[in-house]
Amino acid sequence: MAFVKKEFLHIFRDYRTLIILFALPAAQILIFGYAVRTDLTNASLAVLDNAHDEVSNELILKLDASEFFDIRYHLTSYDEIDPAFKKGQIKAAIIFPEDFAGRLTREGNAAVSIIADGSEANNANLVTGYTTAILNDYSAGLTKQLTSAMPVIVPEVKMYFNPNLESHFMFVPGVITLILILISALMTSVTIVREKEFGSMEVLLVSPLKPWQIIVGKVAPYFFLSLVNVIVILLLAWFVFGLPVKGSIALLIAECMLYILLGLSIGILISASVQKTENAMFISFLGLMLPTLLLSGFIFPIENMPKAYDYVSLVLPPRWFVEIIRSIMIKGAGFSYIWKETLILVVMTLFFMFLSAKKFKVRLGEGGK
Amino acid sequence: MKKLMFLLRKEFRQIRRNTFLSRAIIAVPLLQMLLLVPAVTFEMKNIDLAVTDNDHSPASRELISRLSGSSFFRICATPQNYMQADALLLAGDADMVLIIPDDFSEGLAGATTPRLQVLADAVNATTAQLGWSYLVSVVRDYNRDVIISSGAAPSAIPGINVSPRFWYNPSLNYKYYMLPGILVILITAIGLMMCGLNLVREKETGTSEQMNVTPVKKWELIASKVIPFFIIGLFDLALGLTVGWIVFNIPFEGSLLLFFACAAIFLVAVLGLALFFSTMASTQQQFLFVAFFFVMIFVLMSGIFTPTESMPRWAQQFNLVNPVAYLMRINRMVMLKGSGFNDIARDMGALAILAVTFITFAIWAYRKRA
Repeated sequence: MAFVKKEFLHIFRDYRTLIILFALPAAQILIFGYAVRTDLTNASLAVLDNAHDEVSNELILKLDASEFFDIRYHLTSYDEIDPAFKKGQIKAAIIFPEDFAGRLTREGNAAVSIIADGSEANNANLVTGYTTAILNDYSAGLTKQLTSAMPVIVPEVKMYFNPNLESHFMFVPGVITLILILISALMTSVTIVREKEFGSMEVLLVSPLKPWQIIVGKVAPYFFLSLVNVIVILLLAWFVFGLPVKGSIALLIAECMLYILLGLSIGILISASVQKTENAMFISFLGLMLPTLLLSGFIFPIENMPKAYDYVSLVLPPRWFVEIIRSIMIKGAGFSYIWKETLILVVMTLFFMFLSAKKFKVRLGEGGK
Repeated sequence: MKKLMFLLRKEFRQIRRNTFLSRAIIAVPLLQMLLLVPAVTFEMKNIDLAVTDNDHSPASRELISRLSGSSFFRICATPQNYMQADALLLAGDADMVLIIPDDFSEGLAGATTPRLQVLADAVNATTAQLGWSYLVSVVRDYNRDVIISSGAAPSAIPGINVSPRFWYNPSLNYKYYMLPGILVILITAIGLMMCGLNLVREKETGTSEQMNVTPVKKWELIASKVIPFFIIGLFDLALGLTVGWIVFNIPFEGSLLLFFACAAIFLVAVLGLALFFSTMASTQQQFLFVAFFFVMIFVLMSGIFTPTESMPRWAQQFNLVNPVAYLMRINRMVMLKGSGFNDIARDMGALAILAVTFITFAIWAYRKRA
């Protein structure tokens, strides 16, 4: 017990790391909540209106009035488009052909071209999507006027779990996963390897403490720290975004504990396998942080990736954990919906614990010579 | 100057001898290019759509076959009732559920208003919105055809034909979009992480104190620590670019010289940050956390995968001092659009000012501390 206390003191003395550990999730939550928006607003557009008739004017006003677009440039020739793109002034240019209104009423079909900046593929997709929707709305209105007797299908949508379509619903579970891995696996492995590097581990080994006591003493503070961090993130998410935990909080905390255990056993395994702090950091970064950021589906949906990534992510813990957190927090799902994911995590935890225990014994054996 | 050359030679020798570091210099760009580039995509593939058909009419079957025939949807289940549909969404087995009410075909014949009910899993708001708009467009097309084939409407229903074209990346290949951004992350990682860790390591093992008592001047010492990573950063950028060119066939429209010049300015800024952070940290672990914290913020705010225009004002103002945001923009413009010096002069100038400020401040802080 005294040993655990000593380790706690160690951590608290390093106040800089401690500050970062709490500032990191807080900053992430704020950035994801306020700054990083996946939707598009106030995109700068240019219009090349060759028609100058009432329909094209009305459409331009409609586009400008929408929250998505800002029509900043009125071009007079096609050749002005390329320089505007190259300077990065506009996201897209919209071209109305000559005699736009005439064609629309006479032939019933008029074409509008949108030229979007494909170098920003994401924006290009959104811009064309939004523009098309606005133009379609207009023509649907025309259709309705002409064919008022005809049945027009009315589709209605109900956005489940996230009726206001907030993007931070995706991010909060991801931030939790990231922080847990950071503290439990990265911090633990780095601390233990550091002790090894500086030789203080050997001092501990000749003390009357049993190896398992040393390990427990080393990781217990991190277990505690991770848990506190989770609670801080949940509180932040709740107070700042009004994102409460929909499901059972006890279940959520229990799943987090399981995941922390998993992270800790991975951390111990890493620390038992490498000799240098640098190496421990790089392995943790490449092997843990990167997959967590990428393959947990918290920013980039896994479904959209090449098939191989989907398969690889199956053996990675974060994928299952994000799924669990998301289900409990946002969907309010009970244990019956996530027992499969939980079971996978339990098996992984046992596997890594077994592996690290074995590895650690070997190391100690060598150390005792 | 001669002393600096000796020191540089020593640094390079040390880096070469450090098997881990020298391996990382080659491996990091390869890994980032080959693993990250194909993975980071918002390209939508099939949406798993579950359909409850309560109508069982030719009309509803036609609508379903249109949906499954479109490239966006995959019919994944046919729940019998609302309860089952709900469970599918909760378990994540379906992204969307379409419920066709039993009076759909009657409504289509004119008896009532034909309605369709859609339940979308909106945990991922973007996917939900896009999926919904795809569904609406399929339904609209279907509706139009029904009206036309019934012959009741005038033959020409006015419709606006929207034809989108994408310049600089006609097929909207996400790899082209992400690769310039990943290159920025690559040199940030090399410049900031590797250089900083190297600096702190010397401090940790006490060798930097030994250096302080030698006749080597401070600026020579700093230069000898920073210049190798400047060179390594540019080398890795070239390596990453080559991989991108060979593997992903990424086009390069602009001037290579301009591209590397901007990267060099950026590296100076990043190395300044590394130097500054190293004065703040006393262990490698501390450095890693501080650096990770800032890199994370810089990268997330830089607009690597989200439009910066939608950010609130304060975030856009923050980006004025965010070197990553500048290079992110410059890289895409130069690589994909072929923007010239005149087009990016403002961004380049701002980046240069940042670089000079950062490195001056860092050297000042470093001198004071060490």
